[in-house]
Amino acid sequence: MSYFALRHSGSARVLPGFGLSMGISVLFISLVLLLPITGLFGQLAGLSLAEYWAIITEGRVVASYMVTIGAAAVAALVNAVFGLLLAWVLVRYDFTGKRLLDALMDLPFALPTAVAGITLATLYASSGWMGGWLESLGFQVAYTWVGIALAMAFTSIPFVVRTVQPVLEDMPAEVDEAAMSLGATDGVAFRRVIMPHLWPALVTGTGLAFVRSLGEFGAIIFIAGNMPYETEITALMIFVKLQEYDYAGASAIASVVLFVSLALLLAINVWQGRFIRRLHGGKG
Amino acid sequence: MSIRLDNIAKHFGATQALEPINLDIQEGELVGLLGPSGSGKTTLLRIIAGLETADHSPTPGRILFGERDVTHVHVRDRRIGFVFQHYALFRHMSVYDNVAFGLTVMPRAKRPSAQDIRARVYRLLEMVKLEAFANRYPAQLSGGQQQRVSLARALAVEPDVLLLDEPFGALDAKVRQELRRWLRHLHEEFNFTSVFVTHDQEEALELSDRVVVMSNGRIEQIDTPETLYRAPQNRFVFEFLGDVNYLEGKVHNGTLTCGDAHLAVDLPDGDAELLLRPHEIRLAEQPTPESHLPVTITAISPVGAEVRVELEADWLAEPWLATVRHADFNRLALRRGQRLYAHPRHWRRFPEATENAEVQTHLA
Repeated sequence: MSYFALRHSGSARVLPGFGLSMGISVLFISLVLLLPITGLFGQLAGLSLAEYWAIITEGRVVASYMVTIGAAAVAALVNAVFGLLLAWVLVRYDFTGKRLLDALMDLPFALPTAVAGITLATLYASSGWMGGWLESLGFQVAYTWVGIALAMAFTSIPFVVRTVQPVLEDMPAEVDEAAMSLGATDGVAFRRVIMPHLWPALVTGTGLAFVRSLGEFGAIIFIAGNMPYETEITALMIFVKLQEYDYAGASAIASVVLFVSLALLLAINVWQGRFIRRLHGGKG
Repeated sequence: MSIRLDNIAKHFGATQALEPINLDIQEGELVGLLGPSGSGKTTLLRIIAGLETADHSPTPGRILFGERDVTHVHVRDRRIGFVFQHYALFRHMSVYDNVAFGLTVMPRAKRPSAQDIRARVYRLLEMVKLEAFANRYPAQLSGGQQQRVSLARALAVEPDVLLLDEPFGALDAKVRQELRRWLRHLHEEFNFTSVFVTHDQEEALELSDRVVVMSNGRIEQIDTPETLYRAPQNRFVFEFLGDVNYLEGKVHNGTLTCGDAHLAVDLPDGDAELLLRPHEIRLAEQPTPESHLPVTITAISPVGAEVRVELEADWLAEPWLATVRHADFNRLALRRGQRLYAHPRHWRRFPEATENAEVQTHLA
């Protein structure tokens, strides 16, 4: 009897509450994430493979993939550069208003995307402040893919800043100083010492920004102009299908976005895991 | 390369981290900057390195390496090697790449060939006994090994001066001892000028040719370890360099009295405070006419070459610490709770008015 009791207590976890917390977590994930995704696939069950293929490769839809992916890529790259710069400024320097700037960084998360969309659209329309000025220079932003990229960049910049910032904070200034004491110029120190540390976080942040941009809807539709084959995004295609009560068609297109996003997130995770193992002493 | 600091001061905002300091370090010397935290020792080291700049006003200071004025020279051009307390290794690079870093970032004209770099890195790794670890990453090494890598990295560029900021502070006692001996060795073999910062008086005394004792941004004393220990110039230096026992009392007719304790002293009448090192206290079963200091043993720790004995008495504000040789320990059969008499062999006094120490020796 006591032998079994010992065995049992030996295998039990020291930290209490695993069963309960894990159970609630699984339930929550099931309800909030897995159930809707299952529903999505349920909708697809009504389609044959040929029908599915026909829907997701329809010309107008494919054009929307191009617009979405292209604009999201541009937005992600722009965010990679400026997000890194912002994180750098927020971590490495002290200045008045630093706390305010830091708080503003989260604004795109907090602001309803439709509000952002309307604001951007009025600002960059040819009658708006920026739009009028840019038009006089020969650039049109609103109702082009540039506007789409702009809206995407706005909603996803916090992903880059907030993933790079903590890594930069963790990096002791001593590492910089060591590089300089060994004769490295600022540029060399940045390229060979600082960037390698930031790479994983920067790629993750940029990847998240990209994935987020793929699914963004509210912020974009007002500024996009939504011209078929030109400035229609994939999320709008899903919306259009829904308005036509074509639930299966909407689900089919949604599943494409879902797969691309999942594949990308998974790839980033695997790559980052390998990099981190090396930093922490693995053989990777 | 000799180092000369001329009127170097430093403010951080309104607080003065360093009062104007002058310091001459000879070529090939190993100098320890010793002081409690906040004494300005690390700031001074970083100013020598060029990682901080000294105050320009009211009077600008100067830093000379040999004949070269480096006051306004950037850290990367000062030709220094800097070793950080927490190693500051490049974690994403192998040990080899870490050591080679300083060589590979040289301007192309001065950079050695790939073979030369390789040969030099392996020579350094051999010197720090890590040639088998060239392909490892820093995270795969112990703290002591990482600090050796960081030393090899600093020496790779053949610096004029080597600066070490609490180089062994993050390591455990045994490794620290080993690395100290090894650094001393290295220094004797290569004869570079080095300055290191420490808050550990034992480390400073063991390693340095000369020790600079600092407190509150001031240099208190610069001397060889021997002189420093034998002839501390003031109370701070005496207190900082080892354990101190205090005896406070009133002197009347050549006898210092404190509760039921008394001691014959050659001092004028009035209040007096005597300072004693633990090894300057002898324990005996009987008092003498000159010395009647009854104490009780409260703790015994027989660690190392001597036995450390803690003594208490109602005339003492703080317990005393005495060190006794093992032979005496056995002869007196010391045990906790035992009542004995303490006999000072030697004591010091640092009267407030004069900065100079007064020393009296008694053959007790």
